Amino acid sequence: MSSNEIPTREVARRVFADEFNDATFSFKESDDDRAPVYALLPTGEKVNRVFFIGTLTEKEDVGEDNEYWRGRIVDPTGTFFVYAGQYQPEATSTLRDLEPPAYVAVVGKPRTYETDDGTVNVSVRPESIQVVDATTRDRWVVEAAERTIDRVGAFEDEGNEYGRMAREEYDIPVDRYLESTVSALESVEESDGDELGVGGSAPSADLQPEP
Amino acid sequence: MTDLRTHAAEITEQFSDHIDVTDDEVEERLRTLVEEYRVPVEEARRSVTNSYLDEADLEREELGRGGNDEVRLADIDQDEQWIDATAKVVELWEPRSDSIAQVGLLGDESGRTKFVAFETSELPELEEGAVYRLGNLVTDEYQGDFSVKLNRTTTIEAVDEEIEVGDDAVTVEGALVDIQSGSGLIKRCPEEGCTRVLQNGRCSEHGDVDGEFDLRIKGVLDDGTTVHETIFGRETTEDLTGIGLETAQQMAKDALDTTVVVEEMREDLLGTYYRISGPELGRYVLADDVERLTEPADPEAVLIKARSI
Repeated sequence: MSSNEIPTREVARRVFADEFNDATFSFKESDDDRAPVYALLPTGEKVNRVFFIGTLTEKEDVGEDNEYWRGRIVDPTGTFFVYAGQYQPEATSTLRDLEPPAYVAVVGKPRTYETDDGTVNVSVRPESIQVVDATTRDRWVVEAAERTIDRVGAFEDEGNEYGRMAREEYDIPVDRYLESTVSALESVEESDGDELGVGGSAPSADLQPEP
Repeated sequence: MTDLRTHAAEITEQFSDHIDVTDDEVEERLRTLVEEYRVPVEEARRSVTNSYLDEADLEREELGRGGNDEVRLADIDQDEQWIDATAKVVELWEPRSDSIAQVGLLGDESGRTKFVAFETSELPELEEGAVYRLGNLVTDEYQGDFSVKLNRTTTIEAVDEEIEVGDDAVTVEGALVDIQSGSGLIKRCPEEGCTRVLQNGRCSEHGDVDGEFDLRIKGVLDDGTTVHETIFGRETTEDLTGIGLETAQQMAKDALDTTVVVEEMREDLLGTYYRISGPELGRYVLADDVERLTEPADPEAVLIKARSI
């Protein structure tokens, strides 16, 4: 990659919540202060931006002095946690105004933070949150499934730099994401996609601590 | 025939309508410069041409340029080249300035390119859908994109043939993940041939100007592996959002703020899937056709793929 090129925009990766929440390892590829920070997906891909669609099930202003919204957004495999404050004015105002439950499309950046007991939580700092319909949500599930399957399929490939990095940094068998992907697809197949359902398996209910 | 003889013949041909010159005379002048004074051939040719221009009291662009190459539109890759082309008028656009007589797209088998004809050139009007043999066009470049300009020496000859215009359009699919600044209700520079989008009422070329309102969207289409920046022109933007230029201006007036327009567009469009086709212009795909993907997704094929791993 030439350093003279205009920096290209980071792709918004498609990843289900269960895998995203396991992406606790993050890294930079250059020493430059402004170099992008990437989260490493356990299936072997670097992520600086995500795009996902799920059901906003709860929202809460958890800020003390300023408003700071936390939203729980559920996909067929688990829950994304998004946090939006004064520096994300659009996403903040959307969360403020929205009444759950609602299908929402989120573009955002992965953020990790370490709690007092040493566990690393992964959340999303949203760039935008928009209400979408059930068909669009189903389309995302199928798309995220396809991308996940592609990553799992290429995981052991020679020359897959991030696959190798994931094997070094994580001790997670990637088959588990294949399994959750298959059940996600089956849930789309079973529903007609019209009702605002959260899906079969209940997402873990424990709230994440504040970042 | 020597090289000099060839060059001489070409120069003679250019001036044949204007003054009496012979190949011998021109060749002699060239030979003096090249052989005695060690001037490179191209420079010698330029110098000799200029002296005849003076003699004939002509401007360079008035020369009959018999020697232009007939160029395929997709092969244009240099600024300020004189070319001939046979092309179909694919589209005529609304000129944004009084000085522009016609603007639109020409197409041939190889692809399409933008053309501009100026009022001052006083050329006959081109008709949409017709095929012409165009002599003496000048190429132009802006940020890596090429176009052609018609000028007053351009010859236009309607030809009775059909051209299957090459489809250099690309089709891209993905979710619209961002709408960039410079979208919604914008103002363009009114200077002739400029149309740059103003930043805080200023044109980067012409300074403070009284801009003209327009609508457009600079969107980012992302399929999870690649990113495509796309531009929706006024028509596509109106079709997609249902907001016309007049409505947009009224919205901005009511709110005393032009950004209300793009805010509303963001709410309508972000986070949904589109299939877009159109020509690539630099890093952008110009969205001629936009289709919102609303058909239900089919998990079956992906399930089969998953089970095959």
